[in-house]
Amino acid sequence: MEAVKKHFFTDISVMLGRSMRHIFRSMDTIITVCITPIAMMLLFVYVLGGAIQTGADNYVNYLLPGILLMAIASGIAYTAYRLFMDKQRGIFERFHTMPISRSALLWGHVLTSLVSNAISVIVIILAALLMGFRSSAGILPWLAVAGILALFTLALTWVAAIAGLSAKTIEGASAFSYPLIFLPFISSAFVPTETMPSVVRAFAENQPVTSIVNAIRALLSDQPVGNEIWVALAWCVGILLAAYFFAMRVYKKRV
Amino acid sequence: MPNHSIQVIGLHKSYKQQQVLKGVDFEVEKGSIFALLGSNGAGKTTVVRILTTLLQQDSGTATVNGFDVASKPDNVRQAISLTGQFAAVDEILTGRENLIMIAKLRYLNNPRQIADTMLQRFGLTDAADRKASTYSGGMRRRLDIALSLVGNPQIIFLDEPTTGLDPESRIEVWKIVKELAAGGTTIFLTTQYLEEAEQLADRIAILHEGRIIAKGTLSELKQLFPQAKVEYVEKQPSLEEIFLAIVGKKEAM
Ligand SMILES: Nc1ncnc2c1ncn2[C@@H]1O[C@H](COP(=O)(O)OP(=O)(O)OP(=O)(O)O)[C@@H](O)[C@H]1O
Ligand SMILES: [Mg+2]
Repeated sequence: MEAVKKHFFTDISVMLGRSMRHIFRSMDTIITVCITPIAMMLLFVYVLGGAIQTGADNYVNYLLPGILLMAIASGIAYTAYRLFMDKQRGIFERFHTMPISRSALLWGHVLTSLVSNAISVIVIILAALLMGFRSSAGILPWLAVAGILALFTLALTWVAAIAGLSAKTIEGASAFSYPLIFLPFISSAFVPTETMPSVVRAFAENQPVTSIVNAIRALLSDQPVGNEIWVALAWCVGILLAAYFFAMRVYKKRV
Repeated sequence: MPNHSIQVIGLHKSYKQQQVLKGVDFEVEKGSIFALLGSNGAGKTTVVRILTTLLQQDSGTATVNGFDVASKPDNVRQAISLTGQFAAVDEILTGRENLIMIAKLRYLNNPRQIADTMLQRFGLTDAADRKASTYSGGMRRRLDIALSLVGNPQIIFLDEPTTGLDPESRIEVWKIVKELAAGGTTIFLTTQYLEEAEQLADRIAILHEGRIIAKGTLSELKQLFPQAKVEYVEKQPSLEEIFLAIVGKKEAM
């Protein structure tokens, strides 16, 4: 047991190296993750944007936070996919008969998700810059944005881990992220919630995406963030902890 | 105990309704080759999975290297390695990367050098930097076995190591197994081929309908059956012998 504990970080770094190689040998996964959100951004800015009243003078600025969350929500589906493939193939069994930490296997996938989503986020921000996105925020607000996005990625990745570990088919493993991708539509990501009918509005204002979007938007435009950031953090940490414990339980039961 | 690498007493295992193991007993001496023989669905893989800590038995005890598989899985894992029925290699990585990965996970010094040695030993040097997904079945099997040998584990489990291999590759695998045993490694292998057990095993156990119905050395097992009548028949070469003669690998035996 001691030995297993001592090597935890070695195990994680080997696992991280392994799945990073998987990613870089299938760059199409990162491209796919970037294309849909960028297309959405084009659609909303150049087709629908003229008709949307947000009160902000730069609609790309308004849109970007929601687009980033959408990209992350679709990006984590690949974690579910990769975990499912590992579970299907013999390689997981090989690892499980070796004296290596069990959770290191999952953490390897989770850290990989963090890295690959960070890449997509950067690509999308670059695309947004081309489309007129501007931010007056300094280094600290940007770090806060990076922190929130990382936390959001971690939380959703652990949700994806549950899906990947318990799925019976490959479709099942990746299909769960579709509803997550649509959450930004019923939030303040594209239009202000005040324009929605009351039931929808109640949902929109109380789901995690809205507070996260509002917090990021405020940070990027150098506005006071108020309570919104604490609500956003509470959502992320809450989902993260719940999903982590549930994923670990599924993992222990399955293997 | 000290001379037994593996000891299994009264092992039971069911999947839902189906009783697969109904009281399996056997032991494997340190440094020997033990073959578990059985037809499709006999439960060979189930036994292997229990012994390699992948599956919990319903009842009975199994100890590997002196440690109980159910209560001390971490100690068991220090001593074993598994080559499962289906090749357990990372297909997206190259052969070399696979070996380096396992060497790192076994915390060995010089993972690169270990990988080179293994690639050479298993005739994979030319394919070392190709993705494992491009390997033929035989190459994949060899890589799979090479991965299991990294770090020189004391006890090696091979679940049907030669199923699906051509005669040439099969003989290569046999050679590796014999070398390992000569070096003092304990080998537990399952097979459907009587000939394989005959060729390799010091002791053989036959698993049938959930129980071990016969076990012993080859000559002990032969005594269980009536003496063969001596008849004079012109000896025809077997298809395998013909194949090997043509391919010119007969000396590999
Ligand atoms: N996870 C499982 N769930 C339900 N039944 C299972 C499971 N695994 C194995 N079985 C059943 O248990 C029996 C024994 O399976 P096992 O894989 O141990 O046989 P085997 O001797 O290895 O066969 P083979 O030679 O085909 O590999 C089979 O009838 C199989 O259908
Ligand atoms: Mg089997």
